[in-house]
Amino acid sequence: MKTFPIGGVHPSDNKLSRDKSIEVFGLPDVVNIPLSQHIGAPATAKVAKGDRVLVGDLIAEASSFMSANIHSPISGVVTAVAPAVNGQGLRQMMITIKREDDQWAETIDRSSKVVKDCRLAAREIMEKIKAAGIVGLGGATFPLHVKLSIPSGKIAESLIINGVECEPYLTSDHRNMLEHGEEILVGVSIMMRAIGVFKGYIGIENNKPDAIAHLTELAERYDDIHIVPLQVKYPQGGEKQLIAAITGREVPAPPALPIDVGVVVSNVSTAYAVYEAVQKNKPLVERVVTVTGKAVKEPKNYLTRMGTPISALIDSVGGLPDSDVRAVNGGPMMGRAMMNLDSPVTKGCSGITIISGSEASRGEASACIKCGKCVSACPMGLEPYLLFKVAERKSWDVLEGEDITSCIECGCCQSSCPAHLPLLDFVRLGKQSVMGLIRARMAANTPKK
Amino acid sequence: MANRLIVAPAPHYHSGDSTTRIMRDVVIALLPALAVSVWVFGLNVLFVTAIAVASCVGFEYGIQKLLFKGKLTICNYSAVVTGILLAFNLPSTLPWWIVIMGSFVAIGVAKMTFGGLGKNPFNPALVGRVFLLIAYPVQMTTFPATTLGVTDALSGATPLAAVKAGAAVESLDITSLFLGTIPGSLGEVSALALLLGFVYLLVRRVISWHIPVAVLATMAIFAAAVGIAEGDAMSAVGEFALFHIFAGGAILGAVYMATDYSTSPMTPKGMLIFGFGIGVITMLIRLWGAYPEGMSFAILIMNATVPLINKYVKPKRFGIK
Repeated sequence: MKTFPIGGVHPSDNKLSRDKSIEVFGLPDVVNIPLSQHIGAPATAKVAKGDRVLVGDLIAEASSFMSANIHSPISGVVTAVAPAVNGQGLRQMMITIKREDDQWAETIDRSSKVVKDCRLAAREIMEKIKAAGIVGLGGATFPLHVKLSIPSGKIAESLIINGVECEPYLTSDHRNMLEHGEEILVGVSIMMRAIGVFKGYIGIENNKPDAIAHLTELAERYDDIHIVPLQVKYPQGGEKQLIAAITGREVPAPPALPIDVGVVVSNVSTAYAVYEAVQKNKPLVERVVTVTGKAVKEPKNYLTRMGTPISALIDSVGGLPDSDVRAVNGGPMMGRAMMNLDSPVTKGCSGITIISGSEASRGEASACIKCGKCVSACPMGLEPYLLFKVAERKSWDVLEGEDITSCIECGCCQSSCPAHLPLLDFVRLGKQSVMGLIRARMAANTPKK
Repeated sequence: MANRLIVAPAPHYHSGDSTTRIMRDVVIALLPALAVSVWVFGLNVLFVTAIAVASCVGFEYGIQKLLFKGKLTICNYSAVVTGILLAFNLPSTLPWWIVIMGSFVAIGVAKMTFGGLGKNPFNPALVGRVFLLIAYPVQMTTFPATTLGVTDALSGATPLAAVKAGAAVESLDITSLFLGTIPGSLGEVSALALLLGFVYLLVRRVISWHIPVAVLATMAIFAAAVGIAEGDAMSAVGEFALFHIFAGGAILGAVYMATDYSTSPMTPKGMLIFGFGIGVITMLIRLWGAYPEGMSFAILIMNATVPLINKYVKPKRFGIK
């Protein structure tokens, strides 16, 4: 079975909600919509206090190419456009809307009928994707229209769709593949047309045999889409790891991108969003969020409107357990621990993982015993113990020579360190410092106009 | 209990592995060899081992308490491992005060002077052992006959010493080498028991196969090549190769001493180079050196090359040619 070439770890997958069908979560009475839910420039608010909006109305517009539109997830009245506290405790601009009823913009086709036929040209597809504000739903939130715009001089050969969902606990992609397989395949073929490729692959980790079987059966009607089962190993769904597993090609070190090896990568839930945007005129106003954790009474997969308070989701699965908790936006390997649980569900929120009891706290760090487990775990072939040591000394130039910018921050090193060292904390610090130096150097070398 | 909301950067998952678990696994892996040793040499074995362990832990505790700041580390079993490994490299009849001196050199000199666990460049147990070998050569090379009354060409000399003195390899019984019913340092005799522990360490992912296999394969190939060069029959060549793997401290050294984390390389490729070096140096000493056994010296010499190996033998970086 295919897999990536080096490193990786095997955390127990804890897919507690794998058999739970997607449930529609109740409409929130008030939503907070951050203007920055994607990588790139924040969107510009197009509404003001007192404006009435319908579901799907544009409320904030992409402020540059590297930005994304945002649409109202509920109908009602805008009550504020002001800074509010996000999950990480930082203030950012948000649009607050108070719900009245549930009225949708008339252009949106809300029927459940699957529309397979798409006769739009690539340019028209791109416009629809851009208009719908679609970003990578796997968690990276890269604006999709940017990803699908192939830079001049580069040639796309294939589209790889990430159905790996290698993060423990999360099952939103899994459920989407089972319940919306048909629509995902339509979405994939639309994306292939948009970038002009004739080879599409959907990589799925082998712990989801039902999804593999279902999509393989459906894909028989698509000559150019292939379902690729992949070995269960984290981070199988890392972009570079996925490309290597499926095509055997290694994306060169940064600043190279997947397109440098002729590949564009997106995610299955994103493909579903593309289907809805292009075939149903439906902008990205809701997504599937897994709410899970070992001490969560009833882990679930909810179809949730954007802006729904995360605390409401947690309450509906039985509330926080009676112990110390780490409430993670995303999965346990790469998600972000939240300090404000009233913060809203955003486009990148694939799950809420409640880590409880003794697992919530970090183990006490002790001396590095040079066991080399971090080195064999690193899927990028780096030496985390060394990067850690050198980053502590702040020797940025040495770190650059040790290829620290290749780090994908997957967390394999730190999660396997028997000394419980905060390896990735320091590697991140080092990586950010080195990238800052590289940017400064490039700026200094660029002649001023 | 109050609900505390804990915030920290990712990852929010840990494998549960710990230094203590690793060191405890090494202790468990060494138990079969200890049991065989008691069977072969009697209860003296337990006495020497207990002294070595107690004094190693005691020295680590004392030095940390008096000279170091910070948390005590004796609970992580690493000093226990050093104590057992030191004892395994000693004759079971060694006087108790010599054992304690060995522990002092191992822990006090070879480990704690460099800052303790993970920072020592040389294997502590081996530094202790080599110190004793040089300081007390007579006591360190006087081995008791086995209590099993096995009579063969050996009569108190280790197989390696017997061969060094001119005995023919063919006169030795490979089976008793494998089982451990031979004179020798108390923990090194039973290849079978040590290999059992090796399998346990592999299953528990405490060590990888690279160093032990590289050391033993290099020794076997080296021995076979020498045998062929001397024009021996193929069966004799095979026996000579097997003899060198099973005799002396080859397996104890390859599996338990050379794989010591802080004194061995970090990458598989580095480990193979390291193991190859140990195999070659051991055979050079065994065949043409002054000592019958060269494993300890070989490991210590290769320990010195580890920083260099780590510097130049890098893992294959993803996406970088």
